[in-house]
Amino acid sequence: MVSEVRNNPSPVLRVEHLSMKFGGLVAINDLNFEAKRGAITALIGPNGAGKTTVFNCITGFYKPTEGMLTMTRQNGEEYLLERMADFVITKKAKVARTFQNIRLFSGLTVLENLLVAQHNPLMLSSGYTILGLLGFPTYKKAAADAIEKARFWLQKINLVERADDPAGDLPYGAQRRLEIARAMCTDPELLCLDEPAAGLNARESAELNQLLLSIREETGTSIILIEHDMSVVMEISDHVIVLEYGTKISDGTPETVKNDPKVIAAYLGVEDEEVVELIEHAAATGSDDITAAVDLLSTEAIQEITETQAEVPVAAKAKTAAKPAAPAIKAGATANALAAPREGESDDLTLIKGIGPVNARRLNEHGIFHFDQIAAWKKADVTAAEAYLAFDGRIAREDWIGQAKKLAKESQGKPAAKKTGGAK
Amino acid sequence: MADIQSSGQDSVYAKAAKEAVFAGIIAFGLFFLVVGFRTDQNINNELVLVQRWGLLAIFVAVAAIGRFIFAAFITPSREQAKLAKSKAPAAAKVDRRSLKAAVSRFGLALLFIYPFVVILILALIQFAVTGQWSFQSGVQGSLKYVDNFGIQILIYVMLAWGLNIVVGLAGLLDLGYVAFYAVGAYSYALLSAHFGLSFWLLLPMAGIFAAMWGIVLGFPVLRLRGDYLAIVTLAFGEIIRLVLINWTVVTKGTFGISGIAKATLFGIPFTPGPTGFAAMFGLPNSGVYYKIFLYYLILFLALLTAWVTIRLRRMPIGRAWEALREDEIACRSLGINTTTTKLTAFATGAMFGGFAGSFFAARQGFVSPESFVFLESAIILAIVVLGGMGSLIGIAIAAAVMIGGTELLRELEFLKLIFGNDFTPELYRMLLFGLAMIVVMVWKPRGFVGNREPSAFLHERKMISSEFTKEGHG
Amino acid sequence: MEYFIQQSINGLTLGSIYGLIAIGYTMVYGIIGMINFAHGDVFMLGAFMAMIVFLALTTFIGGVPVVLALLLMMLVAMLLTGLWSWTIERLAYRPLRGSFRLAPLITAIGMSIALSNFVQVTQGPRNKPIPPLVNGGVTIYGTGITIAYKQMVIVIVTAILLAAFWYLVNRTTLGRAQRSCEQDRKMAALLGIDVDKTISMTFVMGAMLAAVAGTLYLMFYGVISFTDGFTPGVKAFTAAVLGGIGSLPGAVVGGLLIGLIEALWSAYFSIDYKDVAAFSILAIVLIFLPSGILGRPEVEKV
Repeated sequence: MVSEVRNNPSPVLRVEHLSMKFGGLVAINDLNFEAKRGAITALIGPNGAGKTTVFNCITGFYKPTEGMLTMTRQNGEEYLLERMADFVITKKAKVARTFQNIRLFSGLTVLENLLVAQHNPLMLSSGYTILGLLGFPTYKKAAADAIEKARFWLQKINLVERADDPAGDLPYGAQRRLEIARAMCTDPELLCLDEPAAGLNARESAELNQLLLSIREETGTSIILIEHDMSVVMEISDHVIVLEYGTKISDGTPETVKNDPKVIAAYLGVEDEEVVELIEHAAATGSDDITAAVDLLSTEAIQEITETQAEVPVAAKAKTAAKPAAPAIKAGATANALAAPREGESDDLTLIKGIGPVNARRLNEHGIFHFDQIAAWKKADVTAAEAYLAFDGRIAREDWIGQAKKLAKESQGKPAAKKTGGAK
Repeated sequence: MADIQSSGQDSVYAKAAKEAVFAGIIAFGLFFLVVGFRTDQNINNELVLVQRWGLLAIFVAVAAIGRFIFAAFITPSREQAKLAKSKAPAAAKVDRRSLKAAVSRFGLALLFIYPFVVILILALIQFAVTGQWSFQSGVQGSLKYVDNFGIQILIYVMLAWGLNIVVGLAGLLDLGYVAFYAVGAYSYALLSAHFGLSFWLLLPMAGIFAAMWGIVLGFPVLRLRGDYLAIVTLAFGEIIRLVLINWTVVTKGTFGISGIAKATLFGIPFTPGPTGFAAMFGLPNSGVYYKIFLYYLILFLALLTAWVTIRLRRMPIGRAWEALREDEIACRSLGINTTTTKLTAFATGAMFGGFAGSFFAARQGFVSPESFVFLESAIILAIVVLGGMGSLIGIAIAAAVMIGGTELLRELEFLKLIFGNDFTPELYRMLLFGLAMIVVMVWKPRGFVGNREPSAFLHERKMISSEFTKEGHG
Repeated sequence: MEYFIQQSINGLTLGSIYGLIAIGYTMVYGIIGMINFAHGDVFMLGAFMAMIVFLALTTFIGGVPVVLALLLMMLVAMLLTGLWSWTIERLAYRPLRGSFRLAPLITAIGMSIALSNFVQVTQGPRNKPIPPLVNGGVTIYGTGITIAYKQMVIVIVTAILLAAFWYLVNRTTLGRAQRSCEQDRKMAALLGIDVDKTISMTFVMGAMLAAVAGTLYLMFYGVISFTDGFTPGVKAFTAAVLGGIGSLPGAVVGGLLIGLIEALWSAYFSIDYKDVAAFSILAIVLIFLPSGILGRPEVEKV
C-alpha cells in the first residue's frame, strides 16, 4: 500500500504562482513547488521568509492574492484550496496543520483534545446531534471507536498515562506531540507542521523524528514541515524547499540544497557576523578552505572579501587585543574620523539597519562613533568606509546616511525626552 | 521573640489605625454630598435640602471601623492561614466528586418534595401555635413560599442554565439574553390570545421562535469578537424591548398583555368550575394546586435544560462549543465550522430562554416590556458567572443564593421593629443584590464551582482546575 | 434645510454629552480591556452631585452668578465623582486584575446596580427638577435657526475639555504612562511605570469627564433621577464601540454620530424609535467595520 503510494508520481500538493501581499508588503512572490505524495517536504528559510504565510495559504487561514493551490487526494479528487474556507480544507481536502505557537485546548483533557479533532465523523454518526441526544446505538459505537482511535494516537505519542489531565498541564514537548496527534486524528492526507521541533531538547527532537517517520510509514500521510532545526530537516526530509524574502531560491534533496551556494548565502547573509566568522575561521585554517567557503557566497560580496582577506586576521586579532584600550584609528579612515568618541560615549551604531556588531566595531576602529559622523559622509567617505566593511554597495543600498541623519536628530532630542519620559 | 511579635502586633494596629483614618476621610468625601444632604420636594414642587449630618457620621464611622477591623484582624489572620497552608503538607484530598454527587442527589430529592415539605412545615407551625391540626391552612400558607421562592428561583435557574450554553460552554458573551425570554413570553401571550392555542402546543413553539430569533440575530454578528459581540447582543436586547414598548398595535405597549390563558394539566384546567382540577380530584377549591403544578412544570423544564446540557456536552457539538471557547483558530484547523457551531450554541441557549419565557407568561397571566429590561440579562449573566461558568450545580447554587436572598429581603418585616415603621427593607433589595455580586466575585472570581468536569475519560474522571480553562473571546 | 441644521445642532449638543461619557468607557477599555458598566451610573452620580451643589449654593449663599455656579458645580462634581471612581476601582476592580475576564464585568454590573440603588435609597426615587440655569438663545440672522445659550455652553465646555484632555494624554508623563500601559502593561511595569496608579488615574479622569457630562446634562434637561444613568450610559458605550473602542477620537466621533442619528431620526421619522435607530446603526456599522469606525482592526494572528 505504502510503496504503491510512494511510486505514485502525482504530487499531493501543487503550489503554482502563489503570491500573498499585505498592503505593500510582498510576503510571498510567485512561489511554485510540489509536495510529493508520501514524502516529507521541508520548507526552510530565514525568519520572515514567508514560510508560515505559505502554510496559512495552504490551510485557508489567508486567501492568497494570486495563485493556485491544488490538493490531490488519494482517491484522485482534486481540490483548489485557495477557493475553500479553512475548515472545509481540513474536512474535505484532508489537510491538517499544527501551529508555531502551540494551540491546544488547554482547559480540555488530552483525550478531549483528540476527540474534538474527530468532530466531523462523530457529528455524522450522531445524526447531527439529534440521534445522539436520543441515545441511538450508532453514536455510542462511534463514540467508543473515537476513544479507541484517540488511545492509539496517545500510545504513539507516549501520553496514555496523562490522557485525563488538562492539555495545558503537559510539559512543552508533550504539548507539541499532542498537537501532532490531534492533527492526525482528523485523518489527514497532508499534514502541515509549523516548526514542530521548536523548543524541544535533543532527545525530544529525536523522538519527534521517529514519530514523523512512523506517521509516514504507517498512514502514508504526506508531510510538509517548516523547521529551523537542521538536524530534523536533514535527517527526515525527502525534499527541501528554501525560501528567502518570499521567493523560492532552492528546491531539491537535502544534499543538493545543502550545497547550493544561494542557500548558504541566504543563510549566512543574514548576519554580518556569521559571514565574518566563517571567513575568520577559514583564514585561520588555511586558504584552501577559504576559497571553498568563498565560492559559496554570491559574486560581488566574494570579490570584496577576497580583497580584504589579508586584513581579516589582523582585524580578528585587533578585536581581542584592542578591547580594553581606546582603539587607534586605522589607515583608510574617512575624513571626519575622531580619535575617541565625544564625551567618552559612542552612539549605538547597530541602530542603523544593516550595521551589525561586527561592522560597528570596525567603524569604531576607524574612528566613527556617532550618527552625525555617518550622516555627514560624502561619496569618498562611503568608498573609504566600504573598503573596510563586509560588503560594498551596502551603505547606499540600505541608506545608512539617511538612517544616521534621522538617528542623529533623534539623539539630539533625547535629553529632553528623558526628563519627561522618566518613570513615575 | 515575644517582644518582636508584640511590637509587630503594635505596628499592625498602628497601620490599621492609619488606614482607618484614611478610609474615614475617603468615606467623608464620598458621602458628604449624597448622604449629608437629602433633596426633597416641598409643596411648590421645588427641591429643598435636608441636612443629615448624623447619618453621614454613621457612614464615615462604619467605613473607618470596618477598615480598621479588616486591616488589624482579618488580613493578618488570612495571611497566617495562607502561611500555615503553604507550610502544611498537602492535605489528603477529600473526594470531592462523591461529595458533589451526594449534594446533587440530595438537592434533587429536596426539589421534588419541596412543596410538600413547605406545606408540612407550615401545618406543623400552625399546629404548634393554635393546637389545631389544619392541613388546609398549611396549603394556603405555602402559596407564597412555593411561588416566590420555588418557582421564582427555578425560573432563574433555568434561564441561567440556558445562558450557560452560550456563555459558559461556547464562551460567547451575550448581554441580551433576556430578548429570547421576551420572545418566548410574547409568542405565548399573543398566540394564545389571538388563536386560543394551548400551552402545551405553544411551549415548544415559543422555544422554536426564540431559537429562530437566536439564529436571525446571531448570524450577522457572529463574526464579531469579544466585547463587540457583547454590545451588539445588548443592543438587540434593547431593540426588542423598545419594539415591544412602541409597537402598540400588537403588543399594547407598556400596558402589556393581560388575561393570558393559564396552563393546563394535559387538558384539565385549574379553574374552580366542575371540570376543574380541584373538582375532578375531589379537593377543596384553592389556587395552590395551580402553583404547585407550575412548580413541577418549571422544575421539569429546568431539569430538561440540565439534561440536554449534560447530554450535549458529551456529544461532538458540545465538545466543539468548549473547544471554541478555548481556541477558535485551532477549531477551524480541525475542520469545525465555527459559524454553525456558534449559531447552534446561540439557538440552543435562545430556545431554553423561549421555553422559560412562555412559562413566565403562563405563570403571570400578564406580560409587559417591564419584565425584560437589561437588568434581567445582567442578573442571569451574573448568576452564570457567580456559579462558575459551565457548572450546572454552581449555577443552581448561585441562583438560589442571589434570587432567594433578595426574595428573603421582602420577608424581613420584623426589621421595622428596629428601624421604625418608615423602614422598607424592600428598598434595599437591589442595593444589597449589587453589593453581593461584587463581594462574591471578589471572593471567588471563578465562581462557586470553578472546576470543569471532563466530558470523556480514559482512566478516571478528574476535575480540571479553573486555571487551565479559558473564557472565550467572542 | 433650516430644519435640518437646527436638528443637527441639537444632535451635536446631545452628541457632545455622549462623547464625554464615551471617553471614560473607551479609556478604561483601552487600558484594562474591561467594559466599565458602572460608568453610566458614575455619570448619574456626577449629575446628582452637581444638583446638590447647586441647591447648596442657592440655599446657603443665595444668588450666585450663573457662570460661577456652573463652574462650582462642575468642579465639585468632578472632584467627588473622581473620588468615587477611584474608590470603585480600588474596591471592586483592582482585586480582580489579572483574573478571569468576566469577573470584573460582573462586579461592574453589580456596581452599577448598587450605585443606582444607593442613590435611590439616599436621595429618594423621585425626579429632581431644578430651575433653568441658562435661558435664552440667539437666532441666526435671516434664518429660523436658534441656538440656545445652554447648547453653546455644552459645545464650548466639551471642546475645552477635549483639548485639555488631548494635551493630558499626548503631552504629559501621565498620558505617556497611560498609552504605554495600553500597549503592554507588563512591559510598562518592567520599565518602572506604576501601573496601578496609572489605571487609577484613568478611572478618575474618565469619571471627571462623566461628571462634567452629568452637570451639562442637568443644566440642559433641568432634571435628574436615579435611573438616568442607564440610557445615556448605554448610548455612550454604543458610541465608544461605534467609534472603535479603545480609540479616544473614536469615542468623540461615535458620540457625535449617535447624537446626530438620534436627533435626525426623531425629527424625520419617529421619536419612539430613535434608540432603535441608534442601536441598529451600531449593529450595521459593526457588521461592515468589525472594529468600529476608528478602531484598530483586530488582526487574527495564526
